[in-house]
Amino acid sequence: MKMTTPDSNSMCALSIMQMRDGLLSGMFTSETLVQAHLDRIEETNKLFNSFITIDSEGALRVAKDADLAIKTKGEKTPILTGIPVGIKDLIVTENIRTTAGSKILENFIPPYDATTIKKLREAGAVIIGKLNLDEFGMGSSNEQSAYGCVRNPWDTERVSGGSSGGSAVAVSIGQVPISLGTDTGGSIRQPASLSGVVGIRPTYGRVSRYGGIAYASSLDQIGTFGRSVEDTAISLQVISGVDPKDSTSMAVNVPDYLSELRASKGKGLKGIRVGVPREFFVDGMSPDVRTNIENSLKTLEKLGATLVEISLPHMEYSLAVYYIVAPAEASSNLARYDGVKYGYRTNKPASLSEMYAKTRAEGFGAEVKRRILIGTYVLSAGYYDAYYKKAQAARTLITNDFKLAFNNSCDVIAGPVSPTTAFKIGEKTTSPLEMYLADIFTIPVNLAGLPGLSVPSGFDSKKLPIGLQLIGPAFSESLLFRVGQEFSDAVEFPLNEKAMAGAVS
Amino acid sequence: MSLSEDDVRHIAKLAAIAISDEEIPVIQGQLNDIFASIEKLQEVSTRGVTPTSHVHGVTNISREDVIQDSLSIEALQKNAPDFRNGSFVVPKIIG
Repeated sequence: MKMTTPDSNSMCALSIMQMRDGLLSGMFTSETLVQAHLDRIEETNKLFNSFITIDSEGALRVAKDADLAIKTKGEKTPILTGIPVGIKDLIVTENIRTTAGSKILENFIPPYDATTIKKLREAGAVIIGKLNLDEFGMGSSNEQSAYGCVRNPWDTERVSGGSSGGSAVAVSIGQVPISLGTDTGGSIRQPASLSGVVGIRPTYGRVSRYGGIAYASSLDQIGTFGRSVEDTAISLQVISGVDPKDSTSMAVNVPDYLSELRASKGKGLKGIRVGVPREFFVDGMSPDVRTNIENSLKTLEKLGATLVEISLPHMEYSLAVYYIVAPAEASSNLARYDGVKYGYRTNKPASLSEMYAKTRAEGFGAEVKRRILIGTYVLSAGYYDAYYKKAQAARTLITNDFKLAFNNSCDVIAGPVSPTTAFKIGEKTTSPLEMYLADIFTIPVNLAGLPGLSVPSGFDSKKLPIGLQLIGPAFSESLLFRVGQEFSDAVEFPLNEKAMAGAVS
Repeated sequence: MSLSEDDVRHIAKLAAIAISDEEIPVIQGQLNDIFASIEKLQEVSTRGVTPTSHVHGVTNISREDVIQDSLSIEALQKNAPDFRNGSFVVPKIIG
């Protein structure tokens, strides 16, 4: 590809492969590229609040090393050499503060790297800083962060979505080309949809969770964001694979997503059966979202896919199952924040029990406390069978619905990511239950441990982005990327020109 | 089912989270809303269904029992609220 040397602004709009070509051909250095992104962050972060911590010094040091490596090894350098990435602040980074969006970890500097971070570093990536989120990943709007909410790049009066709001927005406005997020109930796909970028929640077990701060261990997965399916796939490739440090990760071969994407590009979707669950088209979806998703299904059909109506009869129990299983696991996982070994401790406690209770009362935000209380209750004596065990059994039924659909009827499932587009900041904060409904289409995927891809599919009448969700069988990320790329090429969803040009203020 | 104010106090105690008297009615209302929606689960029959543990059926993973690298005391104490003489310090437990 021929390029003229881009200026600082257009450098922040390049794809991963364009950045790599520019670096390898000597058109620009990693130092210049990283500095351009740091400048972009400097210009935009005050408004969008997507970064909690910026490590300029560390990033520029790694960039200089990358430039040296490129000079000596050229194309033999790994794929992300010299390319900036942002990390959701729920993934630990050695010597870079990691807050989980919580006051309780305000001054926590991890002594080690998560496996995903180690893999990014081995692939040459330059870690720019840590991205804002709902506290411990608990939220759907990024309003539950102790470090303030993140603003939507298409309308700054609206939420970014969450919990990985910072990760979605940073990519959308060119602060970084790719980022890591985590998805427990929709926390990658929903902000990707609301902010108009691509996000993949991989299969449970595809990516190591070692060093991902635990919220609900049987549902959590680390995944990636990008401005294109290709960038999202390249970054997932780097972080995937079994890890002895996470015994729930699985030894399943990781395909070469990039080569497969290149091989299938432009070839359409002939032979692909797309399942459309009738349960996705019930009340509660906004009319604009419904129209867009119906048009998106037609686009898939035009590309050669066959639409098949399917049913996921137990989907209606997903929210109830999720709000038992996730808080139960959270109440156990978050018991470790007690003010003893790390994190916040209350001032001058009179006794040990007072230290625990006040540390947690002062350190945790409202939503986190709420979920800990729900979880504590459903696991308490006399209620375990009625709630937790019952929920895990219902979860098996939900998983079986998906298995049946994939075994008998379809190759992928398509539907909306979120029932609405981005809502106004403050609109849903008074009713936790209403906020929970934002994840109604994403939660079933987590319960079944499946991969889900969110791809921008157009806009509503207010010019707010909508996302199409593609769901596949376990370890079918390659297929989701293929369908997502063909769809994306057909829809031609635009970059956020105003935000990319730094014109939003 | 519905939680009383005393139930909320009891759960908060089990969870080791201090809550004030003013907070209790608010939390009580929110938890009861959430529990009312969770009750939907009782509609579905799960008789004879195996509860999910690992969603892809992975069970015990073992490895050789060999010593592996671990973090140093120096690295760990940096984040401690109170660390003295090689120990994490907390309020007195036994009088």
